[in-house]
Amino acid sequence: MVPLQAYLILSAIMFIIGAMGVVTRRNAIIVFLSIELMLNSVNLTLVAFSAFFGDATGQVLVFFVMTLAAAEAAVGLAIVIALFRRKQTINLDEINIMKW
Amino acid sequence: MTLEEILFYIFAAGGIISALLVVTRRNPIISAIYLIVNFFCLAGIYLTLHAQFIAVIQILVYAGAIMVLFVFVIMLLNLGNESLLRDGFTWKKVAAGGLGFGVLMGLIYIFMMQIGTPSIEMERATNVGTVEAIGRVLFTRFLFPFEVTSLLLTAAIVGAIVLAKKKLD
Repeated sequence: MVPLQAYLILSAIMFIIGAMGVVTRRNAIIVFLSIELMLNSVNLTLVAFSAFFGDATGQVLVFFVMTLAAAEAAVGLAIVIALFRRKQTINLDEINIMKW
Repeated sequence: MTLEEILFYIFAAGGIISALLVVTRRNPIISAIYLIVNFFCLAGIYLTLHAQFIAVIQILVYAGAIMVLFVFVIMLLNLGNESLLRDGFTWKKVAAGGLGFGVLMGLIYIFMMQIGTPSIEMERATNVGTVEAIGRVLFTRFLFPFEVTSLLLTAAIVGAIVLAKKKLD
């Protein structure tokens, strides 16, 4: 039987990989993909705890996280399209009008 | 080693390798395809946890719907000069990697100390991941959040249309 720690460590590794992707990449699309990776690793933690405690609440939370991810992807990609239309780039280093 | 453990380690290795490929590939479409591979590995891991409903939803909603949206937008943007987006080697990345490694080691230390986690010997319930069990909780205890979800999705649809429209008038 796989211990709970194995699931948690796998989830932590995937979360850190996603976080590294968010802070090091400059392509807006890949930053979004990294955010999806981080959301999924948190889902894995919730499902693992839910299965080990025998409580379905964690899996219901995963259901809500997926809804949130769908909403986030739709709005985020709309922002990327709007930005690309204005600036002809998705390089995050060049999108700095809110930077002081 | 039982079949469950073998499957877990295969899917875990696949998940980590595909996650690394997602953040290191230069072409966004290849990253998106590796993210789909990652979602399939995660669905397999959910099955080893007896969470059938979440595993099916993972493939249907994530790999099926959300990733189609991503691939569609990548296709729509049609990025010509990808050489401008080339990510070179910088000391910032080394610092970020070191910091991430430190956080990861801290997390693994906490998990290994078993602070606030159930003991390993705890018997795992096999009937919480079924559609029936999740539906029972979702439509009783979480009925109000479930209904609020529809509001969130409506707001997201309206927001996406407003943002992606050519002219606001």
